[in-house]
Amino acid sequence: MPAPEPRPALEALRAQVSRLEGQGRRRRGVLPFGMPEIDGRLPDGGLALGALHEVAGGGNDALNAAASGLFSAGIAARTRGKVLWIATRQDLYAPALQQVGLSAQRTIYVAASSDVDVLACFEEALRHQGLGAVVAEVARLSMTASRRLQLAAETSGALGIAIRRWRWQTDAADFGQPTASVTRWRVSVLPSVSLPVPGVGRSRWLLELIRARAGECADFEVEACDAKGRLAPCRLTLPAALADRPAQEAAGHRRARA
Amino acid sequence: MLAGREGRRRVILSVDLAARRLGLRPGTPVAKAQALHPDLLIMDADPDGDQAGLERLALWFQHRIAPIVAPDPPDGIVLDTTGADHLHGGEAVMLENMVTRLKESGITARAAIADTWGAAHALARYGRGRITLVPPGETSAAIADLPIEALRLPADIIGGLHGLGVSRIGPLAGTPRAPLALRFGPDVARRLDQAFGRQAEAIVPVRLQAPVQVSRNFAEPISAAETIARYITKLVPPLCAGLEEREQGVRRLDLLLHRVDSRTEAVRVATAMPVRDVRRLTRLLCDRIEIIDPGFGIERMVLTASLAEPILHRQGVSALIEEEEADVSDLIDTLANRVGMQALYRFAPVESDVPERAVCRVPALAPEDTREWPDHWPRPTRLLPRPEPIQTMAVLPDHPPVFFIWRGIRRRIRCADGPERVFGEWWKGDAELTTVRDYFRVEDTSGETFWVYRTGDGEHGETGSQGWFLHGLFE
Repeated sequence: MPAPEPRPALEALRAQVSRLEGQGRRRRGVLPFGMPEIDGRLPDGGLALGALHEVAGGGNDALNAAASGLFSAGIAARTRGKVLWIATRQDLYAPALQQVGLSAQRTIYVAASSDVDVLACFEEALRHQGLGAVVAEVARLSMTASRRLQLAAETSGALGIAIRRWRWQTDAADFGQPTASVTRWRVSVLPSVSLPVPGVGRSRWLLELIRARAGECADFEVEACDAKGRLAPCRLTLPAALADRPAQEAAGHRRARA
Repeated sequence: MLAGREGRRRVILSVDLAARRLGLRPGTPVAKAQALHPDLLIMDADPDGDQAGLERLALWFQHRIAPIVAPDPPDGIVLDTTGADHLHGGEAVMLENMVTRLKESGITARAAIADTWGAAHALARYGRGRITLVPPGETSAAIADLPIEALRLPADIIGGLHGLGVSRIGPLAGTPRAPLALRFGPDVARRLDQAFGRQAEAIVPVRLQAPVQVSRNFAEPISAAETIARYITKLVPPLCAGLEEREQGVRRLDLLLHRVDSRTEAVRVATAMPVRDVRRLTRLLCDRIEIIDPGFGIERMVLTASLAEPILHRQGVSALIEEEEADVSDLIDTLANRVGMQALYRFAPVESDVPERAVCRVPALAPEDTREWPDHWPRPTRLLPRPEPIQTMAVLPDHPPVFFIWRGIRRRIRCADGPERVFGEWWKGDAELTTVRDYFRVEDTSGETFWVYRTGDGEHGETGSQGWFLHGLFE
């Protein structure tokens, strides 16, 4: 899909509105994905720093948060400074994060005992000036809580990523509730790149940008994070695409259930 | 064997058991000892180090046993246990405990209890047993038979007395005082009197540097959270000023709030690094106000730096060379006081092929090491706390499963990588001598990727049960 062409009048109006909203006081900059397809869809050409972003997994990943965790780790790996990872369930495997570029020395884990603690620590960390990114795994995220987090992130300029991870598949419908986050992503797995030899190829994800403030929704098919945390566009060869089609439909069904 | 200088000669100061068996004694010139035993291992004595060690040990005794403790150089510690022995089950039990504890930390100690410092000193060094107990009033009888070296006299006086033919304390005490004082000075009489208890001798106790403490009394009891917060902000700056005088930073801070009904509320905050920043400490304390129960009111607040450590100043990185890494220790402290210090951690690599043993938790502010996990094989994002058994169908010995059933869902496998064989760590125990795990990375038809393994190599029964487990989730 082509990126929307720039319109100066609209840009000026947007700037005026954001000034009125009191957010344009400090331009925080963005963290681009390095993929023009995605960056073109996001306002300012990347994930806004000093903002809260939401990531959830599609299908079973809403419970396991493996793909969404890796996606978030890839984003955090491309920031500078320490990364704080707050979670109630301690099942993250650090060697995997190192493989997407998030080294163990940079990552500090917080084992919170409840969602309330997670949110409190999340807000506290977002207010701190020295962190590159703060990642928190939460189930429920109310409008009030997300608003507080967003304001905290605005004060410091840290990148906040809330991984939505539920205990039960039925709770995952909670992702439809509105929050104050700037963008909202859903990561679903697609069958991996077919190799000419037996083996598992590079994983592929269906990235859905469900909500973007001052932007539009979009879907992207990408190849999973590489060793530096970067995504890559799918190099679909025709036979593989044909072979993958039924499985993609199955993935669509799973998301529909989620 | 320890050697040191005494005047212009190098003499032996201390010998171990083996050297003692060879017949070496303290006081022998080093050259003579070396001539007798050329392969002697000689180390230089370190009197300053000994003194510092004694003082540390004295502080430990002060902490554990009795309040009045002093080092008794060169090799002893003196305690005034009056009024403290009953806390430790009587004098005999207390001595036994002390000697045992010291022995556990590698120090061979002898102990004695007597009425006077001089007598205890003599008995501990020249008494018969490892532990000597002298009942009150029997001191003179107990020490009469000891050699005069036990009297803490300078070596030349001892030599002179030996020249006179006096070698025991009893006969020395019986000789007339005046000629002794005329010949050797007042020391002999003084030490004798001190040993027999005719002259008092004070023990000047070692003293821990008193912690920095500030307090405030209130004419009217306070109870509102805002008021407490205001007075915390007033107490912290003088505390920090006190710490600055000592060039220290606080590691543990205790705020005691004495209530009007004579109960005490306590708030303790801890920091990962020594801190002397007024704002940070105020913030840490104010975070904890909610746990204070003021009751009918608080009439006195005491703020104590109960654990302070020197602040090490470090040269900052020049902005020209590299960008300075932001300091997150204040955030760590704030979070640690909310969720607990052990809930904040980093992962560090461990050299092990067994996946669950390859990571260990280290404190969040532990020094960074540059080791990394090997990057040969993909690792799952989520590792299950314990591997979950799955039902599979797989071709033996080394094919990945065709399908597996996990948590009631049957998944057909589209493609797989493996096996990655992990052997048991035989050095950890006999059970792991032959065990083997074969890991496969499998992807099902929907694209979800799992990490499954089989215990055993698929051929030999002793390598494992050949059952299948799911250990991690890639994505």
